[in-house]
Amino acid sequence: MSSDEGFLVEARNAVLSFGQTPALQGANLSARAGEILAVTGPSGSGKSTLLHCLAGILVPDSGEIWFDGRRVDTQREPERSALRRDHFGFVFQFGQLVPELTAEENVALPLLLAKSRRASALAEARPWFGRLGLDGLEGRRSGELSGGQAQRVALARALVSRPKVLFADEPTGSLDSLTGEHVMDLLVASVREEGTTVVLVTHEPRVAAYANREVIVRDGKVTPLFVERLTS
Amino acid sequence: MTVPLALLGLLERESSHGYDLKRDYDTYFGRGKPLPAGQVYSTLGRLARDGKVEVGEAEPGSGPDRKRYVITELGVTQVETWLTEPVAGEPHLQTVLFTKVVLALLLERDPRAYLDIQRAAHMERMRELTELRRTGSTIDSLLADHGVYHLEADLRWIDQTVARLAALTAEVRS
Ligand SMILES: Nc1ncnc2c1ncn2[C@@H]1O[C@H](COP(=O)(O)OP(=O)(O)O)[C@@H](O)[C@H]1O
Ligand SMILES: [Mg+2]
Repeated sequence: MSSDEGFLVEARNAVLSFGQTPALQGANLSARAGEILAVTGPSGSGKSTLLHCLAGILVPDSGEIWFDGRRVDTQREPERSALRRDHFGFVFQFGQLVPELTAEENVALPLLLAKSRRASALAEARPWFGRLGLDGLEGRRSGELSGGQAQRVALARALVSRPKVLFADEPTGSLDSLTGEHVMDLLVASVREEGTTVVLVTHEPRVAAYANREVIVRDGKVTPLFVERLTS
Repeated sequence: MTVPLALLGLLERESSHGYDLKRDYDTYFGRGKPLPAGQVYSTLGRLARDGKVEVGEAEPGSGPDRKRYVITELGVTQVETWLTEPVAGEPHLQTVLFTKVVLALLLERDPRAYLDIQRAAHMERMRELTELRRTGSTIDSLLADHGVYHLEADLRWIDQTVARLAALTAEVRS
């Protein structure tokens, strides 16, 4: 059965253990195209593992992962790698910029890896500095950027190849709240403009409030709200 | 009560007519909740009675609301004191949440129903406020912030309670 209900990203009954540690125990989740979906829940509940499965980084022990009508979990790593490169963008808690590269080269990196020519990759990267309030910082290396600036560069890098889905795992986790809000304001403005679907993992209600909808992960499962449990 | 103090403060800035005062109040403090004109005049009346404002002559040819209000020394002192006075925390909503949860447990109902509904309602309000903060002026944004942080405190409490429900149930029903 294909993903036919307008969902762009879907996990069906995903189960995954790290050795003896159960991380996912039958997680179900779906996000519609253009939606910003917050995935919240206590630390250790399986949020990051679920995100990694949806993004084709991890493969669940059982269950299914779907993207845009395609089964992802049955693909081999090279195919999943191509899927990530062509359709997904990533932002993590720590920007994970390449320290040897300038901010501009970092942003252009996904395009260079997708075999764009250097000049055109840099030309595509440049407008993102204006959009994310980073004008003038193009030549800086990550050591010369503040936490908030580095995270905005990471956001630009995640969005530069115009992915269908942005996977963000605690994107403001390393920032103070005002800086974090600034990053979230820019993230939401950019993805709304581009129509990007977002899976936003966060344990902070204030960050989750930027999403259109929220699901809660507890003990490796997406817990339906009590009210939904009563009617289903 | 902040309304009398807010009006007094606006009068310290400049003496004013009731109508202009209401307009200023609504601009700065009355977001989504404008001050009824009746309340403005009754408040000014009490402030005058208590010697915190003086009422000037009605301007000729205009109605009764064209009186000019001027703050007195006593009024200025009160504004000054109030501005630096700490405000007590608001345990109010917390108490309502807590009462509902404990009562549900005493009545052998599952409080998660209420906690989920409350959580969803708070998140919905938080999304509205977040959107307002994202798109509004600095004033809007600061007012929204205040609401967001209060909601956040409740949401943390709700999560904490859900996580410790088994222990709470045992304690309440023992
Ligand atoms: N690489 C790993 N190796 C072993 N255990 C892991 C690994 N990643 C996560 N876990 C465990 O899986 C569970 C879920 O973790 P995670 O998905 O990171 O939770 P969250 O993101 O909600 O904090 C936890 O018990 C965690 O300790
Ligand atoms: Mg995590």
